[in-house]
Amino acid sequence: MSIAPPFRPLRRRTLVSLLAAGALPAVPAFAQFRVEVSGVGLTQLPIAVAAFRGDVQAPQKIGAIVRADLERSGMFRSIDTAGVTADENTRPDLSAWRQKGADSMVTGSVTPLADGRYDVRLRLWDIVRGQDMGGQSYTVGAADLRLSAHRISDFVYEKLTGEKGIFSTRIAYVTKAAQKYNLWVADSDGEGAQSALTSPEPIISPAWSPNGSQLAYVSFESRKPVIYAHDVASGKRRLLANFRGSNSAPAWSPDGKQLVATLSRDGGSQLYAIGLNGGEPKRLTQSSSIDTEPAFSPDGRYIYFVSDRGGAPQIYRMSPGGGNAERVTFTGSYNISPAVSPDGRWLAYVSRVGGAFKLHVMELASGTVTPITDTSADESPSFAPNSRLIVYATQQQGREALMTTTLDGKIKAKLSGASGDIREPDWGPFQR
Amino acid sequence: MKRTVFSIISSLILAATLTACGSGVKLNDVPVEDRTGQTQPSGDASGTSGRGVQTVQVEGADASLAGPANVTKIIYFDFDSYVVKPEFQGAIEAHAKYLTANKGRKMAIEGHTDERGGREYNLALGQKRAEAVRRALGLLGVSDAQVEAVSFGKEKPAVPGSDEEAMAKNRRAELNYR
Repeated sequence: MSIAPPFRPLRRRTLVSLLAAGALPAVPAFAQFRVEVSGVGLTQLPIAVAAFRGDVQAPQKIGAIVRADLERSGMFRSIDTAGVTADENTRPDLSAWRQKGADSMVTGSVTPLADGRYDVRLRLWDIVRGQDMGGQSYTVGAADLRLSAHRISDFVYEKLTGEKGIFSTRIAYVTKAAQKYNLWVADSDGEGAQSALTSPEPIISPAWSPNGSQLAYVSFESRKPVIYAHDVASGKRRLLANFRGSNSAPAWSPDGKQLVATLSRDGGSQLYAIGLNGGEPKRLTQSSSIDTEPAFSPDGRYIYFVSDRGGAPQIYRMSPGGGNAERVTFTGSYNISPAVSPDGRWLAYVSRVGGAFKLHVMELASGTVTPITDTSADESPSFAPNSRLIVYATQQQGREALMTTTLDGKIKAKLSGASGDIREPDWGPFQR
Repeated sequence: MKRTVFSIISSLILAATLTACGSGVKLNDVPVEDRTGQTQPSGDASGTSGRGVQTVQVEGADASLAGPANVTKIIYFDFDSYVVKPEFQGAIEAHAKYLTANKGRKMAIEGHTDERGGREYNLALGQKRAEAVRRALGLLGVSDAQVEAVSFGKEKPAVPGSDEEAMAKNRRAELNYR
């Protein structure tokens, strides 16, 4: 079992270890699916995910991917299936699974077809009521087996929680290894990463367009920060902002028709609106301070941003056309990197607390702030499109790593995948 | 002579860069594909999802050319400070003299920070350092057209490490002639 060495005290650690151990029976082959659960929520649904028939021969272990997805969401607790394989046509032994504490169960199969593709099937069972809750089948190429597993997770998640799952969405992130920078597009679990850009110079601040087809980001390849928009499927990219001085912190408007970014073309770091088809940027802030890190609220009513106009960096918000700004954070002397949840209820940001940089979540309606991590170098929070998880960068054992967390901080998972320092995550939208 | 070669190389790199990003595609016109449709619950979907990602590789641009001889090109800053210290005034004056005497020369002032804090906020802080140097040069008669203040934030530390000694070496502005 390779739950990686615990990186912080675990609450009810023994129980968690047992659960995770049961969830991941075959260590070497499944090592990449490790979910380091660092807490236990109170209302997790107990679910048994059997190994899919055919998992052993298939290039991706569907059952293990689904199990890790559901665990990472914080909404599910995995019941030890002890290596049981069960396909979609097998009616589970209800009393046995009830005895093990499962409320529901996922069974399925992955079958190679003559043309090289795979037939992936699942069935979801309500163990308590003894009911078949429905099934799905997918025909995919080998390259899309992981995607089909994430779609299965989405199906199960929605059936059992009533909310859309985010497992088949994508995350962009940047790695730095041996002085080479790489911008990746990966599955929501950090796996299956495909390189969108490699550069000898830094890449920061990737931002998905609202339709999930493009990434805006800041590249230093011309020895200064400039903003590109990059169509990830075709690799076509173009300069969005290459004005005199620095160009950084791109944020798409929710309708995808413009970006707001930080430019220093007129001296100082100020916010400007930039049209997608060029034209003169429109200056939105008029301060002699730093104004940067814009982030739209999903309803488009506000731009949240960071300003040191009060003497120290705090988060403010203003209307998208500029004008008066209203201060949002009042605790602490260093609050940066705002991100608003897609449902508009939460603001995630990084706050310096006694020399440590920690991820905080504010409930916007009440202003209540909660720190949700025990790490000390948190950066760049980004919400999942269902507002239930946050991905962020942090440091563990001296390496930069990506974590997901539930909004209450109780369930965290480290995203593995690419090697080297991993940073600058941005969670893409629902697609389709 | 050396400078000419560098200029040619830089121009080539610049040209290559411009070509590489000179796509005339209007972003609004990029068709929005249903790239996830192939995993619909059905038996006859094709085998690829269209979620492929095309890799782009870029080269970096070259940095510094000669300026005035025997003058430092690195201005260090105190913690949380964006003021050019008096000990660097001599170097600033030497660069100003060089630039006013060589109106054809251009310089990038690259601001840097130590590793503490967020990447984007540090980028803005590095910009403040670069602009402090630009203003100091401007006071000595250097034309704004000759210098460009840019920032690398905390992305390009001069030395690795997280101790105060390392961080002091990273809080800097580098003057790079182009």
